[in-house]
Order: sequence, then structure tokens, then C-alpha cells
Amino acid sequence: MAAGQTAIEAKGVTKQFGAGPDAVKALDNVSVSIRENEFFTLLGPSGCGKTTLLRLIAGFDFPTEGEILLYGQDIAPLPPFKRPVNTVFQSYALFPHMTVAQNIGFGLEMLGKPRSEIDARVTQMLQLVRMEELRNRRTSQISGGQQQRVALARALAPAPKVLLLDEPLSALDAKLRKDMQIELKRLQHETGITFIFVTHDQEEALTMSDRIAVMSKGNILQVGSPRDIYDRPSERFVANFIGETNFLAGEMAGVSGGEASVKLTGGSVITAGIPEGLKPSGKVTIVVRPEHADLVQGETPADLRGVLENVVYFGTDTHYYVKLDGSPEPFIIRQQNTRGGGQGFARGDKVGIALEAHSAQVLRD
Amino acid sequence: MAKALSKAEQVARAMEGQQMTRNRWLSMPAVLFITVFGIGPLILMFIYSFLVAAPYGGVVWKFTTDAYVYFLFQADIFDGTLQFAPDFLIIYFRSFVFALITTGVCLVLGFPTAYFMATRPPSQRNWWVLLITIPFWSNLLVRTLAIMFIIRDQGLLNGFLIWIGVIDKPITLLYTDFAIVLGLLYSYLPFMVLPLYSSLEKFDFRLVEAGFDLYATRRRVLWRIIIPIARPGIIAGCLLVFIPALGAYVTPLILGGGKHLMIGDLIAQQFGSGRNWPLGSAQAFILMAAVLVALYFYVRNTSGKVTHGH
Amino acid sequence: MATSAFKHRDVKDQPGFGAMAIICLLVLYVPILILMIWSFNSGSLVTHWEGVSLQWYGVALQNEDFHNAAKNTLIISITATLVSTTFATMAAIGMTRVKAWRGMGASFMVINLPLMVPEIITAVATLSFFALLAGKLDLNFGIGNIIIAHTVFCIPFAYMPIRARLEDMDLTLENAAADLYATPWNAFRRVTFPLMIPGILSGLALAFIVSFDDFTITQLIAGPGQTTLPLYIWNQIRRPMTPEINAISTILLLVSILFVSVSFLIARRRSK
Repeated sequence: MAAGQTAIEAKGVTKQFGAGPDAVKALDNVSVSIRENEFFTLLGPSGCGKTTLLRLIAGFDFPTEGEILLYGQDIAPLPPFKRPVNTVFQSYALFPHMTVAQNIGFGLEMLGKPRSEIDARVTQMLQLVRMEELRNRRTSQISGGQQQRVALARALAPAPKVLLLDEPLSALDAKLRKDMQIELKRLQHETGITFIFVTHDQEEALTMSDRIAVMSKGNILQVGSPRDIYDRPSERFVANFIGETNFLAGEMAGVSGGEASVKLTGGSVITAGIPEGLKPSGKVTIVVRPEHADLVQGETPADLRGVLENVVYFGTDTHYYVKLDGSPEPFIIRQQNTRGGGQGFARGDKVGIALEAHSAQVLRD
Repeated sequence: MAKALSKAEQVARAMEGQQMTRNRWLSMPAVLFITVFGIGPLILMFIYSFLVAAPYGGVVWKFTTDAYVYFLFQADIFDGTLQFAPDFLIIYFRSFVFALITTGVCLVLGFPTAYFMATRPPSQRNWWVLLITIPFWSNLLVRTLAIMFIIRDQGLLNGFLIWIGVIDKPITLLYTDFAIVLGLLYSYLPFMVLPLYSSLEKFDFRLVEAGFDLYATRRRVLWRIIIPIARPGIIAGCLLVFIPALGAYVTPLILGGGKHLMIGDLIAQQFGSGRNWPLGSAQAFILMAAVLVALYFYVRNTSGKVTHGH
Repeated sequence: MATSAFKHRDVKDQPGFGAMAIICLLVLYVPILILMIWSFNSGSLVTHWEGVSLQWYGVALQNEDFHNAAKNTLIISITATLVSTTFATMAAIGMTRVKAWRGMGASFMVINLPLMVPEIITAVATLSFFALLAGKLDLNFGIGNIIIAHTVFCIPFAYMPIRARLEDMDLTLENAAADLYATPWNAFRRVTFPLMIPGILSGLALAFIVSFDDFTITQLIAGPGQTTLPLYIWNQIRRPMTPEINAISTILLLVSILFVSVSFLIARRRSK
């Protein structure tokens, strides 16, 4: 991932709705910087502040505190029509009294561009989203997926410095959503515009993004590549929100080469990654993804021991639920069926669990 | 620590001050116009009700409560003592009874109609609504005239009754109390159907299925499920009929023939041949008070209403 | 018994309700239709049918009093409609596209007040008001008095559909316009206003009907020579009646039906 120039930077942004005892902080001192040409995703459950942050960047709301910089210039006080930033709305918000072409040309028209330039650009945009033949249709006469493309073309037509996408795929059915995910990636690649994408769908975020910011309760918890976020979650919330996961209790035994040695309750010592800036000591929680653990026979040396409680067959893989000695939560292991998983173990067996080297991560608890 | 507003917020507030606050002034022409030419006259009339009547209409600017006294009493011609005279009260009572009967019959006719409309397929519903809406907005005078054509001595109704042999000479229907109530009923029936329809249209008919599932009969489902849920619409419809029926002017004027009065005609009379504007104003305010009581009842009954449907 | 009924009916049906609905329609329409049919009577009595003819329409349309009444009616209702719809449109924007302001609730009540006051009260109050203006200030606007009175009660009728339209409108559309570089004025001109037009047309139609049809208020405040069509009909009723009155009534009804239908169709199209 090339470390490009910073396109958008939020500095200590707080947004408070209401005042006095009823005040709600939708964003609490949030700072993040988004690079040029990046596909950046704000991921989190509803009410986490992701849409608020997007609206602040678009200019539909104004921060209570903090700055929003676009290529170094503070745009927070500017009204939306003075910001070189465009939005694809969740509901598309296509103008129902205009044709597809009029919708796409609207931004350029408002910028005072000459007719010929607008027409040329509209044609180019229609080609980009592969909708040339629907140019003069009313927006009410086209399908949901087509409306989605028009909304994209409309927002891209003025060549914004940053494109904001507010859960644009949530209204589409599963099949169309998959197609549009690929389409969006292609458009981002072809136009080279910075995309800021808001979603609550972790799978969508993992598939499409260059980087993801996971948000909860008005804060950004972790920013990183999809792989970072998935494999090395730094917070319990992040680990839980994205995929299934196992939490283990342990005690710090030392730090070497940027990795922690953690002594688990069972006695074995494993290495685990440390989130940036954390100096762990004493009791810690570590997290291990289900696919980074292996089931072994009870007599073989292993990191953890327990009794196999349940086996669930999933087609491509099999999930094992192991009741660990001295822990109420079952430990989940996922094994690909092609690699001989799903065989040789039965419910009630005494088993061991071997953790993959360097796969565990200490949480910032 | 008292936090200063961020620069962005300051600018934003200034902008809102420009656009979103400026827009409020757009309401002012309408509000001022109605205040001056709608509320002003009402206030003036309230003042008039405490003034002395001028001999040829209008008022003399001298304070008195005579208008309210003479609403209930009459001065004896010989010794000037006040005697209780219920003439006006009787007219108010008559109007009240007429309005109540009208409301009741409108409800009995209107509810099944509205229910039937609400259970049609959506495409048919629109046509039904249009058919009810047309009389709603049609000229009241002309519609009253139409009723007059039907019920006069040589009218269709008498002709029909003679033809089927129920009667052998026309019965007088025009210029009777019956004519007035029939006219009110005819005038305000659409005012009942439309609010009932809009409340029944939102009704979740799966509740009916649930009712049947729990062994209720059709009529029981109607009384125990549909009517209670449609209550806000029923109250709205009843008020929309009751209030204009109570203050009706055109209907008794044409169908009552000037002999069978209601409040509306009584008031108009004081401003016309009666030449007693203060008394007319007082009568109008007593009517207004009755309407306000009805509206209060409405607000109290619908403010805590349960929303249902989707 | 109940089971056999269930077999053939939709669960929602209530026996007898359909018949009641038909009765309602007959009650509402038969008198109007009879009134209309009699306008084609060739005889001169409203009690005796002699044959089909359009002669009474001819009589009505050639009558100079009718012409004057029609002219007055049109002047009054068109002016009142335009003024009230303009005020109502502005008020609807001022009460939906705005930060909540103190006095907004009160303003809303003021605008809707004419709907709540019985017409006869408005009529006599307005009469007193204009009498005072004429008496104390020597102010008499002539037919303008009627226009003012009509404008007052037309405003809420025009206001209702326009406000409903603005409230139904997706605010994101206006956000999208701003996002696409439209200044507030351009956003209004290019997005909000065009989308308001169906509401405004509905408002125009309703304001026109209520003004065109008004009898009570006009009758009480109209001076000599200010006869409108409803007043003209009223004057005719008090004389020996001819089918001319049916012809004029029919014309009035057709105007109402036309405007209601137009308003209704616009509303229906917008809800799609």
C-alpha cells in the first residue's frame, strides 16, 4: 500500500447533538487521516457515528469541535455546495423530475460549465457506468441497480476530490450487491478518486477496502488494512464485530522483538502480537481466530486442552467447539475440509489445541 | 471549562441564521393576513357583544351586558321587569338535537361505506374516494336545492310514494324539521365518510384474521377489534359533521323556509331584519364556545391515540 | 352457518356493508342527477316535464344578470385563489424548511383557524369588521371586501396540500442538490420548487372551489351590484322557479366536479 498524500484529515472532531443533559455525542474527539486514491471504509454498527462523520465531511452537519482538512485546507465551515466532495446517498436521492442525463449533469450545470462540456461529460459518465442507452429515461423508470449507477455517475461527474458513499449497496439484493462491489472497485481504480465508504457489513468492508476504520460509540477503535483488522484486532469490540473469534486469558511473561510472550492459564507459553503503543503487563486477554488453531489428539503436546463438545459440518469447513479446562466459553476451531478436517474426532473426545505461531494478538483491554 | 464554539459551528450557525431562520418570515404574510382579517373581526365581534344596539343596525359605543341578558330574558313591555324567555335557548337546543341526529345517522351510513371502501382493492379505492370527494367539495347551496327538488309536494319522493300507493295525496315535507335534518344529513355525509375511510385505510386487516383465529364472529370482530381501533377516525368524522351542522345556515334557510330556525339563521337574522348586532354577536359567541368545547373534547380524545398499521 | 359464509367471502367482508355503500352513493348522487336532468326540460315549469331541450342554458347564458354574476365570481375567486395560494406557498416553506422557531405552533393554528370557526360566525364578524372600516375610517374596498374575506378562508385550503407535499418530500434531495454545488437559491429553484408544483396545483384548485362556491360569507357582506353566482341562484329561488336555475346549478356543479377531479388526479399521480 503506497503511502500517498493525505486527502482528508479529521482532527479532534467532536459532534454533539442537543445541549445540556440531553446532549448526545455522536463523535467523540475523532482523528483519522485518509490518503489520496484510497478506498477507505468506515465500518461499525448503526449509531456508531460513521454516517455522522460522513455528513461532516460532506457539509450537511458541522463539527462541534475540531477541524476537517481537505488537502490541508479546513473545510469544516464551508457549506456543502462549496466543497469539492460529492456523495452517493443511501436512498440514491435522484431528482425524480429529471432524466438520467439531467441528473448526471446537474453538478456541472451548477458549477456553470458550458452545455457542450456538460453533454460530453455526461456521455463519458454514462459509458463509465455502462448505461448509455438509458440517457433520456426518467429516474422512476429504471431499476434499483440502475438507479444506483446513475447516483454514482452523478456524484462522479464533477470529478470530486473525494467521493463519499453512504451505505450505497444496502438497498440491493444479495446478487446485485456482489456485482456492485466489483463495479465500485473498478470505478475507484479507473477514476483514481478517493472513496470514503460507510457500511455496517463487515464482509463488504473486508472485500472492497484498502483500509478500514472500525467505529463504535462515536470513536474510531482501529484503523488498518482488512488483513490487519481481521488478524490483529486490537480491541475486543473489533475482534467480535468482525468474524468469529476466541478470547483467552493469560499473563504477560515478557516482550521480545515486538511480540509478547503470554503464559496461558493452562500453563503453555505462546507469542502474540501487540497493538501499536500498548505496553502490556500483568493479566491480559489474547485473541485467536478459529482458523489459526488446530485440533490434536489428547496425548500430543498442545497449547490448550479440553473436551470436544460439538462438531458442526459447514460444507467447505467444519467447526469444532471445545470446552476448555477452566473456561466457560467454548473454544472454536475452523478447519478446511479439504485438508482432512472433519474426520477422526468425535464428541466427548479429550483433545488438545495447537495454536499457529504468531497468530495470537494481545487486546487493548 | 466553558467551551467556546468551534469556528465551524459559529460559521454554520451564522449560515443557518441566514437561510433556515430567514425562511420563517415567509409565514408572515399568511399569518398577518388571517390575524388582521380573520381574527380581528372575531375580536371586534366579541367587543360588539358588549355594546348597545343602534336603532338601524350597527352599534353605539357604550358598554352593556344587555346582549347576554336578553339571550335568556325578555323585558316586560309594561313595567320593564325581566322575565325568563327561553326562545333562543330552545333554538339552540333544537340545533343541538338536529346536529346530534345528523351525526348519528351519518355515522350509521358512513361507517359501513368507509369500511367497504377500505376493503376494496387499491385501484377501486381511488374511484370510491373520488366519488365521495366530489360531493364533499360541491356547492352546498346547489346540493341543498337538489334536496328541495326531491322533497317538495310535486317532487320525486311524493310522486314515488303515490305511485307505489303508500299515500294518495302528497305529504308536506318541505319546510319541516324533517326537511332540515334530511338536508343536513345530505350535506355532511361526505364529511363523515372521508375521515373514517382514511383511518380504516391504514387498518391492519391481519388483526381481523387474528380475531377469527381466536373464534370471534364477523360482527364480534367488528365491535371488538375494528371499531375500537378506528375510534380516532370516528371521533374526527363526528366532529366534522357535528360542528358545521350545529352552525348550519344555508340548509335551514332553504329547507326550513324561514320558520324552522337554527342557530345560524338566528344569528344572521340579528344582523339583518333584527337589527340587533350586539345580540347577534353574543349569540355567535355562545355558538363559538360550544364549538370550542367540542374541539377540546376532540383534542383530549386523540392526543394519546395509538398509531397502528405499518 | 358461519362456516359456509367463510367459504365464499373474504375475511374482511362484513355482510350488508357493500349495500350500505351503494345506498350512500345513491343518496349523494340521485338528488344532484335529478337537478341536472331537469335543466334539460323544455317546459317552463320545474314541476312538469315536457321534453328534452337546451333552451334554459340559452336563457341563462343570455341573461345579463348571469353575466354580471359570473364576472364578479371569476374576479373574486381568481384573485382570492392567486393571493391565498401565494401566501400559503410561502407559509408552507416558512414552516417546513426552517429551524423550529418560537411561535411556529401558534402560526400554524392561526393559519388553520378559518377551518375551525363556523362559517356563519366568520360571516357576521367580517360584516361587522367592514361596517366598522366603512363607518369609522371611510374605507370600503367594494368587491375587494369580498376578495379579502375569501382570501382568509382560502389560505388554509391552499396550505394543506402544499404543506403535505413539502413534508412528504425527501429532504435528501435538497441535500443532494447542495452536495452537487447548488446554492440554496438554486436548490430551491431547480429541485424544491419543481417538486412542490403538484401540491401548489392542488392548493390552487381547492382554493378556487371554496371561493367559487361560497355562499354564506358572500351573502352577508356583499353590497349592491356585487352578486356572485351562488347569490344569483339564491335570488332566483325566491322567485317562481324555471329550469334556468337548474341550468345554472348544473354549470356550478360541473365547475366543482372539474376542479375536484383535477386536484384529485394530480394528488394521485404524485403518490405513485
